[in-house]
This record gives sequence, C-alpha cells and structure tokens, in this order.
Amino acid sequence: MNVLTILLVLLVLSTAAYFVGQRQALTVGGGSAKQLHSLPSYHGFYAALWVALPAIILLVLWLVIEPHIAESVLLANLPQAFSQLSQAELDLRIGEIKRLATGNIVGATISPELQAAADGYASTLTVSRIAMIVAMAVLVGIGFLFARKRISVSLRARNQVERVTTVIMFLASLIAILTTVGIILSLLFETGRFFTMVPFWDFLFGIHWSPQTALRADQVGASGAFGAIPLFAGTMLITVIAMFVAVPVGLFSAIYMSEYASPRVRAIAKPLLEVLAGIPTVVYGFFAALAVAPFFRGLGESVGLGVSSESALAAGMVMGIMIIPFVSSLSDDVMNAVPQTLRDGSYALGATQSETVRQVILPAALPGIVGAVLLAVSRAIGETMIVVMAAGLAANLTANPLESVTTVTVQIVTLLTGDQEFDSAKTLAAFALGLVLFVVTLCLNVYALHIVRKYREKYD
Amino acid sequence: MSLAETEGAAPAQSGQQGGEAAPAVNEPKMTARDANVYYGDAHALKQVDLDIGTNEVTSLIGPSGCGKSTFLRCLNRMNDVIDGCRVVGDIRLDEEDIYHPSLDVVQLRARVGMVFQKPNPFPKSIYENIVYGPRIHGMVNSKGDMDEIVESSLRRAGLWEEAKDRLEEPGTGLSGGQQQRLCIARAIAVNPEVILMDEPCSALDPIATSRIEELIDELRQNFTIVIVTHSMQQAARVSQRTAFFHLGILVEVGSTEDIFTNPKDKRTQDYITGRFG
Ligand SMILES: Nc1ncnc2c1ncn2[C@@H]1O[C@H](COP(=O)(O)OP(=O)(O)O)[C@@H](O)[C@H]1O
Ligand SMILES: [Mg+2]
Repeated sequence: MNVLTILLVLLVLSTAAYFVGQRQALTVGGGSAKQLHSLPSYHGFYAALWVALPAIILLVLWLVIEPHIAESVLLANLPQAFSQLSQAELDLRIGEIKRLATGNIVGATISPELQAAADGYASTLTVSRIAMIVAMAVLVGIGFLFARKRISVSLRARNQVERVTTVIMFLASLIAILTTVGIILSLLFETGRFFTMVPFWDFLFGIHWSPQTALRADQVGASGAFGAIPLFAGTMLITVIAMFVAVPVGLFSAIYMSEYASPRVRAIAKPLLEVLAGIPTVVYGFFAALAVAPFFRGLGESVGLGVSSESALAAGMVMGIMIIPFVSSLSDDVMNAVPQTLRDGSYALGATQSETVRQVILPAALPGIVGAVLLAVSRAIGETMIVVMAAGLAANLTANPLESVTTVTVQIVTLLTGDQEFDSAKTLAAFALGLVLFVVTLCLNVYALHIVRKYREKYD
Repeated sequence: MSLAETEGAAPAQSGQQGGEAAPAVNEPKMTARDANVYYGDAHALKQVDLDIGTNEVTSLIGPSGCGKSTFLRCLNRMNDVIDGCRVVGDIRLDEEDIYHPSLDVVQLRARVGMVFQKPNPFPKSIYENIVYGPRIHGMVNSKGDMDEIVESSLRRAGLWEEAKDRLEEPGTGLSGGQQQRLCIARAIAVNPEVILMDEPCSALDPIATSRIEELIDELRQNFTIVIVTHSMQQAARVSQRTAFFHLGILVEVGSTEDIFTNPKDKRTQDYITGRFG
C-alpha cells in the first residue's frame, strides 16, 4: 500500500466517522439539535478529526523517521567485507543496495553479498510498512471509539473543531511563510558564496560580462568576467522601451474606459483588454522573436539601418504590449476611485469632459497611476520568457535599441541551463543576479503598493 | 430671525398657489414650465411650474426623494451628466430656453453656478481651486487678474481672512465649513448670475452652518440663489420664497412667511409641523 492509498482509505474512514458522529449526536439530542451545545455537523467533524488526525500525524512521523531506522538496521547487518571500505565507497554501496531493494537498475554487476543486503533492506522496509499500517489502524479505532464515547449533549464540539481548524490554517500559512524565508535564505547563502569568488564591487560595477570558469588554469576561457553592468543596462533599456509602449497606451485606454466609455462598451472592452494579461508569456516570446524582430530588421534594412535580428526594440515593444493591461487596469481602478463629486464640481463650473479629465481626474489620480506604472516596471524587470526568446545573449553595453542586449533574467536562465558544476562561480552568479532582481522588484512593489494604498485612504 | 428682516423684498404675495406658478416676488430670473424629469422609466419630477426671482433666495423643501435635487439640477443642466436621465419641459434663464440645442452648456454653467451637499474642493491648492473656473472660461490672462479674482472671490465668500496666508496649501486641508465656503468662492469666481445650492450645510456643524447662512444672506445682493434644504429653520432663516415638493410634485410655493405661517395645502401643513418627512 503506498501513501496515496493510505490517505484515500483514511479519507473514506473519516467521512464515515463524520456521518456516524452526526447521527449519534442527533440520537443523543433526542432527534433534534436544540438540546445540543453544538450542531450535529460539528459532532460529525469532531469524530472525523479524531479518526483522521492522529493517524496522519503518525504517518508523517513514520515517514520522516523510517529511512533513518532502516539505514541503521542495514548498516548493522552489513557483511564483514564492507567494513574496510572508505566512507565514500560505503555511501556508494549503500546507494546501490537501496536502489536494488526498490527494484531499480544498478549499473555494476551484483555480488551475492550485495544482493543479500538488498534483500534484507527490502524486508526491513516491508516490515516497517506493515507495522505502520497496523499502528495507524489501531489509532483510527481508538480515535473513533473515543469520539463516540465523548459525544454527548454538552460536548463543546464546535469550539474544539474550530480550534483544530485554526491550527490547521495557521500551519498552512506557516508553510507559505517558511518557504519564502527559505528561498530568501538560500539566495543569500549562495550569493555569499559567490562573493567569496568574485569581489562584490567587480560584480556590481564591472562592465564586462563573460561568465565562464576554467577547468584548467591554461584554458582559453580562464579569464571569466562577472561585471553585471551590461545586464543591468540591458534590462533598463528594454524596460524603458516597454514603458514607452505600455504607459501611453495603457493610460489612454484607462482614461477611455473610466471616463468616456458607455457601460456597455466598458463591460465588453475591459475583459478583452485583460485577456492580454492572460496570454502566456512564452506566446508573446515567439511572437516577438518570429514576427516583430524580423519586421524591425526588414524595416531597418529598407531605410539602410542595421538592425540586429534580436533587437532590444522588438523585445521591449512586445513586453510593453504585455504590460498594457497592468497599467490600464490599475489606472482605471484608481480613476474610478476619484469621487464623482469632484467630476460634478468641475462640470458645474462649466468644464468640458476633457478639461475635467486633464485638470481634475488625472492630477487627483496621479499618485495611484504612478503606483500602477511602478508595479508594471517591476513586472517588466522580472519578465523572462520574452527577452530569452527575443533579446539575445550578447552582453553589449549599449543604449542603441537596434542592437541586441541581454538582461538579468536571460543570463540567469543561460547560467543555469545545461550541465553545470553547482559550486562554480558561473552557477553561483545566477544567485547573485537573482538576489539583485529580488531586491529591486521587492522595493518597487512595496513602494508602489504604499503609494496606491495611501491614495485609496485619501478618498475613503 | 431673518424672517422679519426680509426688507426690500417685502412679501408681495398673491393668492394663487398649489402647483400653479406663483409670480416671484421680484422679476423672475429663471422660469420652469411643465418641467418633467425621468430616470429611465421612473417619473421623478412631474409638471413643475416655478419662477425663481432675481436677487432673492428661493428654498426648496420637502421629504427625501421628492425631487428637490432633481429640479435643482434641471436649472444648470447637471442632469445631462446622469446616464438615463431625461428632462422634458420649458426652462428659461432670462427668457432664453436653456435646453435649446443651440445653447452652450459651458456658457450656461458659467452663468448658473452650483454648490454641492458635500464640500468637494479639488485636490489642488486653494488658489488653484478658485482660478479653475475663470481659467476654463478664459476670464483671466495674467497673474494679476488671477490674484485679483482669488482675493475678491474669497472675500465675498468670507474666507479671505482665514485663507490669505495659506493660498498655496491644498483646499482639502481646510475644515468642512471652510471647504464649503471655498466651494462657494469657486462658484462665485466665474461671476455667475444664479447660484444653486444643494443642502450646502448638511455636512457641517452648527457654527459653520450659521456662517454659511449669513453668507447666503449677503450674496443675495448680487446673485439669485436657489437652495435645497432639509432644515425648515434654515429655509425660514435664509429664504424669501419657499417651494414645497412632495413625491415629484410641486405642492405649494409662496413667500417663506406664508408657507410657514399659513400653508394652504394639507401636505405642506403636515410637513412643516413635522408629521412626516
Ligand atoms: N441618478 C439617479 N438615477 C435614478 N434615479 C434617481 C437618480 N437621482 C434621483 N433619483 C430618483 O429621483 C427621485 C428624486 O430624487 P432627488 O431629486 O435626489 O430627491 P431629493 O433631493 O428631494 O431628496 C428619487 O426617487 C430618486 O430615487
Ligand atoms: Mg437631494
């Protein structure tokens, strides 16, 4: 029986316990819920929890502890021949034994001792599994009987069930938080390792990016350079181009949506615009690489300009299109939050609609719009797929949008794809870049949300 | 009580009342004949005939939802802004049909200003709030013009002493009563002929309210004022003429004194004695 089956069986059992508990509560209460402290369904949940929770806790503990115990049993039973091996060789053998026991292919020829050890290991596992299932079954039975015994008119089942639910919700949020913390810590840790190999200032202010580490000192690529400025510059260039597309288009469409469009048009156009946000970025990516970039190159050729086939312009434009819905939908919300009384005040003074928009709505909504744009910028900086496909890999330090540039995200992808030693400067550089990206977008997001929130408060 | 002080505009009241257009005390500035307003299919204002006398304060009273604001908005065509709102009837300003296709709403609203229930200064400086209207209508060309308009409007709205040292501060930083006077100053700045006020004191405390009431009494010298109010005391204090609305119908109109001391209609009587509302 694997873990999934066990969980399914538990689910069935606890569902059954739910109905039994509910029924029993009704019977105890004399056929109605009036006398009971808690509703019958809470008694049901109470029974279900008593059936499922102890067993699940046991299961988790067992699965955590079992491998350690099984391994120590294995070590204790190893034949004499193994005791002379070095630690590394021993680990190798143990790995082989385990794979053999679980029926996976082992490369080497199998010696009889190895086969015997594997058989022993497999039987340990089987015994452990059977013991676990028996223990769980006992717990389920005890829990069920206990719950049945406790169910009475005065049982505060609601309070207890709610307390357990609170704990479960707390654990869920704890997992989310711990994961985030874990990611940040590993980012920090690996970045720290990177900076022991490459000086901090060389990374942050160096203008040459050619991330390679030599296997031998006399290799051609021995002189790796980790100056990230070209990457930052490329990211900025593409982001600026994207903003040149997204801000005017997004803002004008937001103004149209919130101030001019009739409710009917708005009801159709707004969701349509938001579909843009739902298109997978990889689709934008090949749109950029296969349609937009060649178009710009052709256009450039016809006027005698050399446009790289992977230009910052193409990637930036397409990214701008992708970001339009962010700008427009947020700005639209912000403008809708400007109270109607301000519009009325302006109209009552004889202002036309466009005067009202320009001189009252936009200034009033400006902080919120700035927030929206900042969120869009942070989105653009972190965007990967479009630039991977359309912006190229050459770490040129240039402000010319017709050349190909590379970005922080693209480099992270290239640094980590393919076979890599995990502790080379090349791989660790990805973590340093990731950390920079994380810090920048975090600051942008926090600041933007702060502006937007302050703005909302103003009109409540 | 200002009831006794209705000096020049003495009660020269004729007997006709109850739905009929009673002649205004003074020469009518605005006239409404058979005015009807529909919100979609709902008939919110029914066959209203009302004259607004020049340089006097007309108050519109009546229970909530009876159509006071709706009628007020007919007078500067603010109903145009509301989706699904339709105005039928003949409404004139100085004999000119304000719903005539050739009439420019922008011009109309420069002549008929409005102050709202909730003070709604723009989130700009006090100075910018005042010059907003004049600038839109091209009434100012130089910084000198603007300074002059700002000072005179604030003076007429009784806000100059409090605001003169903080003209560059945002209008939204003033107190509620000051904000409302700023909105009045903003309306005055475009030099309108008529000022409409929709419950201008309902968001204010009693002291701020009495300042606005005094102000309304002063403004009467130069402007024609129509005020919607929930408070009958306020109507009695500030207005020369009172119109009572009920369920979209203009029930009775007459001199304020008559309406409050000698109402002709049973419904008016019930309302002013507080039997419903
Ligand atoms: N924008 C609107 N849309 C639909 N109906 C409205 C609107 N404004 C007012 N009404 C309706 O018209 C009637 C009169 O409203 P209103 O003029 O605001 O009353 P009052 O100002 O006397 O309280 C009410 O029944 C109200 O529900
Ligand atoms: Mg009203």
